[in-house]
Amino acid sequence: MTSLPTQSTGKKLGLVIDLDTCVGCHACSVNCKEWNSGGHAAPLTDLEPYGANPDGVWFNRVHSFEVGEGDTGRTVYFPKSCLHCDEPACVTVCPTGASYKRVEDGIVLVDEDKCIGCKLCSWACPYGAREYDPTEGVMKKCTLCIDRIYNENLPEAERVPVCVSTCPASARHFGDLGDPNSEVSQLVASRGGVDLMPEMGYQPVNKYLPPRPKVTNDSVHLAAGLTPTAPDSAGKFLQWVDRLLSP
Amino acid sequence: MCACRCGIRVHLRDEKIRFIEGNPDHPVNGGVLCAKGSAAIMKQYSPARLTGPLRRVGPRGSGEFEAISWDEALQTAVGWLAPLRRDDPRKLAFFTGRDQSQALTGWWASQFGTPNYAAHGGFCSVNMAAAGLYTTGFSFWEFGEPDWDRTKYLVMFGVAEDHGSNPLKIGLSKLKARGAKFVSVNPVRTGYSAVADQWIGIRPGTDGLLIFSLIRELLLADKVDFEFLSRYTNSGWLVVKNPGQADDGLFARDQDGDPLVWDKKSGAPVSAMAGTGEPALIGDYVLTDGRSVTPVFQLLAKRLLDPQYAPDAVAETTGISADVIRKLAADLAHVAFEQEITVATPWTDWTGKRHESFTGRPVSFHAMRGISAHANGFHTCRALHILQLLLGSVDCPGGFRSKPPYPKPIPPPNRPTGQKGTEQPLDGSPLGFPLCPEDLLIDQDGTPERIDKAYSWEAPLAAHGAMHNVIRNAWRGDPYPIDTLFLFMANMSWNSSMATAETIAMLEDRDESTGEYKIPHIIYSDAFNSEMVPYADLILPDTTFLERYDCISLLDRPISDRNGPADAVRQPVLKPDRDVRPFQDVLLDLGARLGLPGMVTDEGEPEYPGGFPDYIVNHERQPGIGLLAGWRGESGLEHGRGAPNENQLDAYIANGCYWSSKIPDDCQFYRGVNQGYLDYAVRMGFLGSAEPIIHQIYSEPLQRFRLAAQGHGDVQPPDAMRSRVETAFDPLPFWNDSTVTAGGDLPLHAITQRPMAMYHSWDGQNAWQRQIHGDNFLYVHHETAAGYGISDGDWVKVSSGHGQITVQVRLMDGVNRATVWTWNAIGKRAGAGNLSEDAPESNSGFLLNHLIPDQRSDPESDASYSNSDPVTGQAAWYDLRVQIEKVDAPADSKTQPQFAPLPTLPGQMTRPDVLAYGAEFRKPGDA
Repeated sequence: MTSLPTQSTGKKLGLVIDLDTCVGCHACSVNCKEWNSGGHAAPLTDLEPYGANPDGVWFNRVHSFEVGEGDTGRTVYFPKSCLHCDEPACVTVCPTGASYKRVEDGIVLVDEDKCIGCKLCSWACPYGAREYDPTEGVMKKCTLCIDRIYNENLPEAERVPVCVSTCPASARHFGDLGDPNSEVSQLVASRGGVDLMPEMGYQPVNKYLPPRPKVTNDSVHLAAGLTPTAPDSAGKFLQWVDRLLSP
Repeated sequence: MCACRCGIRVHLRDEKIRFIEGNPDHPVNGGVLCAKGSAAIMKQYSPARLTGPLRRVGPRGSGEFEAISWDEALQTAVGWLAPLRRDDPRKLAFFTGRDQSQALTGWWASQFGTPNYAAHGGFCSVNMAAAGLYTTGFSFWEFGEPDWDRTKYLVMFGVAEDHGSNPLKIGLSKLKARGAKFVSVNPVRTGYSAVADQWIGIRPGTDGLLIFSLIRELLLADKVDFEFLSRYTNSGWLVVKNPGQADDGLFARDQDGDPLVWDKKSGAPVSAMAGTGEPALIGDYVLTDGRSVTPVFQLLAKRLLDPQYAPDAVAETTGISADVIRKLAADLAHVAFEQEITVATPWTDWTGKRHESFTGRPVSFHAMRGISAHANGFHTCRALHILQLLLGSVDCPGGFRSKPPYPKPIPPPNRPTGQKGTEQPLDGSPLGFPLCPEDLLIDQDGTPERIDKAYSWEAPLAAHGAMHNVIRNAWRGDPYPIDTLFLFMANMSWNSSMATAETIAMLEDRDESTGEYKIPHIIYSDAFNSEMVPYADLILPDTTFLERYDCISLLDRPISDRNGPADAVRQPVLKPDRDVRPFQDVLLDLGARLGLPGMVTDEGEPEYPGGFPDYIVNHERQPGIGLLAGWRGESGLEHGRGAPNENQLDAYIANGCYWSSKIPDDCQFYRGVNQGYLDYAVRMGFLGSAEPIIHQIYSEPLQRFRLAAQGHGDVQPPDAMRSRVETAFDPLPFWNDSTVTAGGDLPLHAITQRPMAMYHSWDGQNAWQRQIHGDNFLYVHHETAAGYGISDGDWVKVSSGHGQITVQVRLMDGVNRATVWTWNAIGKRAGAGNLSEDAPESNSGFLLNHLIPDQRSDPESDASYSNSDPVTGQAAWYDLRVQIEKVDAPADSKTQPQFAPLPTLPGQMTRPDVLAYGAEFRKPGDA
């Protein structure tokens, strides 16, 4: 079983995902797959890519479902990847030390050289964020684009996970959630960001921003609608004759 | 540039694609990239790519081909085409599904001399384009957009989740971050509708009725911008009331031909174009010649104040409660008039009046195919533009703004041109905008000149042609037989046709007496092995978009936005590893081999030996006007107009493959009536003259067609069509339930939505996109399903009176209760796209197209016409009505109908069982 770091720098890199603007377009999923197919954990193998049961490794998947019915019903798009938990059971359950949580930034990674493909971590992760690559016999997962965020060959503005930079709806944000003054922490504070399944106790670093309250405009006018200034079509025309014809 | 229009950066390693990302500087996408763009690696390496030219050797549809050389392929094509050009050029029908290269493809058709040319707009959204261009001079999506940075209230109608993909998502997130309200009117609550502040689950085809009801509420409460209407629309123009006479319903005009308004100050008619009068918007007047006249606004108000449009009266038909309609009208009025914004930039309007600022009514609208693909779509789209005009929210800060080079004169000045003779080019473009019946492309006896019957009485304003009619008309020789059907990226034997199975049969059908196919030759160009391939006789394989030059031109459908004009190029980043050629190069090569004017020099040599990039740089449409507006002139520093610059493409590439220009601040709004902008547009070559562009609430061109139907003028419709034309060509918008005639009076509407990850494509051949959307279901409201005893996962037979399909159901809540729907862009024929024959796309996926008739009978005569809008010819595939019935699951668990799997083509690539793309990029020691 693998130990978590006993010391911490306090840095907790992670994602903030805005459920208010996510339209379920899957741009994050595919750009992630694209970058990571040639990156740190390459390849992200696809079985039967042109066959009956295409099944590949994806670090980020978007789920869609409906909540409620009628006027209170809504359609929810829910992107989900590794949440880089503070208390990651996927790490503590690992028999070889392949799964580990980095001291310096809290990112949870897999050392493929040590991974024996036992899949205990995927059983332990309540979020289903682990992805087994059957051809390589190892577990893979979101790296927070570790090969980008520290990559000094990239302009500083581009040192973010690709799911963030590609999101057309600006629904994804990256930063240090251990720093209460960071932009992402401020965003979480101002929008009431939440943990996913906090009752499980894994203390995920990634946060989800709930949908903003619906803009209703109810406060600015009567919900009954506009007030006609004439009772009917004929009255309206008489009124316009008076009003609109005076030069 | 990506496959659509976003800017991308393609990173290569060892001549393979390592990564594709959005270009942060690009005006379209600002660095973001959608799922489809991100999956382009898998498009580039798809085993569905065609590998070389093919010639059919077995019967059509058998898929039996032989590989041939390019020279042989091109000579074969020339052998078919040269005699047509010599004897009867219209016997070539050239239609392109992909519409990005119309500045080349349309010109090529003109130079060949055939009027039978169009792209896919006829079954996409010509109603949207035409309604805008006949009303405001610009339109939704391509030529206009909400003022995303300022609008406080956006209402989106019927957006099928694909068009303007990234710009819409960027815009919506801006709106929501600012707390602006977003209302989505759509039968289905997915995608954009899912994040709307309010979702209005309207019954399909009734959007026009909702819009009328909103207008009535606004009129009754005087929540209308009378000043805007007086100054910038034809609301005050006087319409002649002379029933039964040839001038009835036309504008009263002065001796110069200018329309008249009734001047309130002088109590007399004055020219609307003098800009000096104060137009009366209501009243009945008599001209000095004794004719009675009425201002446009009064005619509009009289129609829309009718109690039949009261919220309570339309609630049942639209499926929207009266309270919701009243509230929406109140919201619109509140934001437009109580939350007015001001941009403090002085400007001068066309009358010479100086304004200290621009007034903004920050209400905006966006709409797309959902309201367009109905037979009442043209008038519905026009109604929506008129709602915006009444609110004064057109081309103002916070409203719906034009994208230069639009607005254009209303309608744009080019008219459709027909065949001139043999071995001669057309006098202009095949496509254009008729003003009157004399502009139609019909013979003396009214017979359509075009194979798709565009610009005939069946579809007089068919501004995008009517590709969906071509195969049936060519098959039955109506109005005449053709010889060669030349298609580019158009899957007409599958998803791009209504009545798919019948279309396949027509492609396979032979003349009994001669044994020859009814459509003797079919040439097809595509990059992939699509369902259309087996029905072609000659395949000219295209490259992928990463292997060729392309051009998104201001002459075509540019990438401009509200702030200014922009155009773009695509440059090849990879060399083809197959025997394929860029379609545009092939077209120019064919043109040179055929000796088409403009494509050969006086010595008979190719005019553009460098292919399409040569054409992009050196072709001039008029002196100084070419495909690209940036970096023209010998210095390379001229923009808009200028001589060809041999280094132009280099300049584009150095600038991220695009050119954009911000218009001066005093030209940003009210462009059609803003003298500064009009002068700028003339300088840039966007407009021929600086005449004001006055919004046309009342459409005189429509009235001219109506008058012809009523028996006036030299060009009149056949008697059997008079009633149809008279009804459809109402100069003011009207609403009728166009869904009833399409499928009989069946209980449910059936529509499709497009998944965002399949933006403007059917990319099932893509290993990644198909993992997101590999099969589709019929989605039904849970209460509706309960009424039929249907549970989640049950199978149903869906019947339309035209056809039937058997498919599996999923229940949901966020759908109009009278509507069933499914995703398009997924269902494939077995074997298509080089997928295995047991792929879910063919086993569980399905097309709704099998249910949609391509013909509909005219209720008032025995005639049968294309299932299309009677004004524009827009395919009315959202008018479908169906019934559903629970059935046992098929024994093989496959949807019905199924078609014979497509056979393997010569040279077809092997599809891998396992894909480990990118393993080669992993650096040693990475882990």
